[in-house]
Amino acid sequence: MGHIVLKNVTKSFENLEVIPPLDLTIEDGEFAVFVGPSGCGKSTLLRMIAGLEDLTSGEIEIDGEKVSEVPPSKRGLAMVFQSYALYPHMSVRKNIGFPLRMEGLVKSEIDARVESAAKSLNLTDYLDRKPAALSGGQRQRVAIGRAIVRDPTAFLFDEPLSNLDAALRVGMRLEISEMHKRMKTTMIYVTHDQVEAMTMADKIIVLQSGAIEQVGTPLELYNIPQNLFVAGFIGSPKMNLFTGKEAENQGAYTLGIRPEHIDIVSSGGLWKGKVGVAEHLGSDTFIHVHETGLAKVVTVRASGEVDLKYGDQISLSPRSDLFHKFDPKGIRLT
Amino acid sequence: MAIVSKTSNLVKYGRPILAWSIGLLFFFPIFWMVLTSFKTDADAVKPEHLIWFTPTLDNYFNMTENYDYWRFAKNSVITAIFATIFTLFVGIPAAYAMAFNPSRSTKDILMWMLSTKMLPAAAVLYPMIYLSKGLGLYDTKFLIVTVVSLINLPIAIWMLFTYFKEIPKDIIEAGKMDGVNTFGEIKEILVPLAWGGIASTALLIFIFCWNEAYWTVRLTTIDAATLSKLIEGNRAPEGLFFGRLSAVSTAAVGPIVVLGWFCQKQLVKGLTFGAVK
Repeated sequence: MGHIVLKNVTKSFENLEVIPPLDLTIEDGEFAVFVGPSGCGKSTLLRMIAGLEDLTSGEIEIDGEKVSEVPPSKRGLAMVFQSYALYPHMSVRKNIGFPLRMEGLVKSEIDARVESAAKSLNLTDYLDRKPAALSGGQRQRVAIGRAIVRDPTAFLFDEPLSNLDAALRVGMRLEISEMHKRMKTTMIYVTHDQVEAMTMADKIIVLQSGAIEQVGTPLELYNIPQNLFVAGFIGSPKMNLFTGKEAENQGAYTLGIRPEHIDIVSSGGLWKGKVGVAEHLGSDTFIHVHETGLAKVVTVRASGEVDLKYGDQISLSPRSDLFHKFDPKGIRLT
Repeated sequence: MAIVSKTSNLVKYGRPILAWSIGLLFFFPIFWMVLTSFKTDADAVKPEHLIWFTPTLDNYFNMTENYDYWRFAKNSVITAIFATIFTLFVGIPAAYAMAFNPSRSTKDILMWMLSTKMLPAAAVLYPMIYLSKGLGLYDTKFLIVTVVSLINLPIAIWMLFTYFKEIPKDIIEAGKMDGVNTFGEIKEILVPLAWGGIASTALLIFIFCWNEAYWTVRLTTIDAATLSKLIEGNRAPEGLFFGRLSAVSTAAVGPIVVLGWFCQKQLVKGLTFGAVK
């Protein structure tokens, strides 16, 4: 079980309120991702659930039990840190077995569970090494091993992949997702990377300045962003957002259209412009179009290779059924 | 080019010469003390016997037979060991608390602790003597161990605090998540990780405790008297007996110099911790 409920939780450092009153429910077995720009309070929120940070007010319940006064070690949660936080003076075997030793299990039981965790993480050959003799990816695996060996109620991940290089990050992302599918244990994952959030989450919680902007599945957030912040934050490249005449024409204060929802047409498009930089990724081409008469440069995502050069005149046809419309306060209209 | 080579020659030969000169200058009093300890009291004051003299071990025999050197030495060892243990016993948890659970007043507390070292010892001499006599603790090992540890505690806490600050907070927090209590955090994580720093602190505090003279001379007579007191006692009302005094001093500083020699790597590492990082 791992049903986590946050009720009216707040956090202030001295007089600065970093988390205004917040309610959130994370269902048992769910993969929940806290995402937001740095300083949005996502890590603080995770640390509050872990018990490493006190609540200023409110209540946290795990499986119906109030845990606000319960120390971290007694909450049944396991945490994986960005810095891995391995014990440098212990071998991999001792690192993974440490929480079990603290639980007071007998050595044979500890050994068996460490071996099985190591096997599932491909760490068997490294069990007697010290963390210093491991690569970043292996260290993060050890940190994950130390978490899974305890069979916790829920896993907490605090930007676990941020210190890894891009290629490894993709691999580890998959491994963690697979682990979740296999174990079906509740996981709460903090990241500033919206791609990680989109690819891994069952439920994304978008945070800004400590407040929840929107909660939903990845596709809900992508298709129906409830406000300008979520619209701009989710999706890569970013959604095109304009104010002014064109927005008014469509009955909105701010008009949004995702780069992949604009087609390049030979003639008769809604907008015309001049090609600026074109980024050729092979699978996609990102074209930045200037002089469209709109307030901003328009980004267009075309699939495959598009033969366009700097300065070419093009015609753009946005799919009007996929327009996102926002009022002056940035709230979704339709 | 000529100027460049001239400069580099100057640097090449000048620096070692300068370094050796300064080194020898500092070493000379010690060398002189050791040398004098092998002279008779009469030879010790004669300039013509400064280097050339007939060496004798009389001063050392005299010291062990008539001045009870071993009792003083034993007291010094007991004082330094127990004071060091006590200092670490209090200092490690204190530094741990301040390094990993700092409050708004942590910095002030650290400054306040250091400020006690700024107080001249003489200012509290009479209260200390009256108190210790009043409590019946005067000239007891308990008193000396307590006093010597307490005066060194601020330095120990400062040093330990600096070492502990270098340990990533995440590791301690990982420990909390892994089910360790506060005592376990110190025993299982902090001490093994900061072992080098703790050893350096222990070594330095041991040296300070061994060398402590102001309080050991003033708060002891016989029972708890350390080697400092023995040296002070040999200042001798009969006049200055340099040979004897040198032998006592050599025997008092000898053990700590040997200890320092063996542990110099650890000491240097400890004292430059943080500075080189």
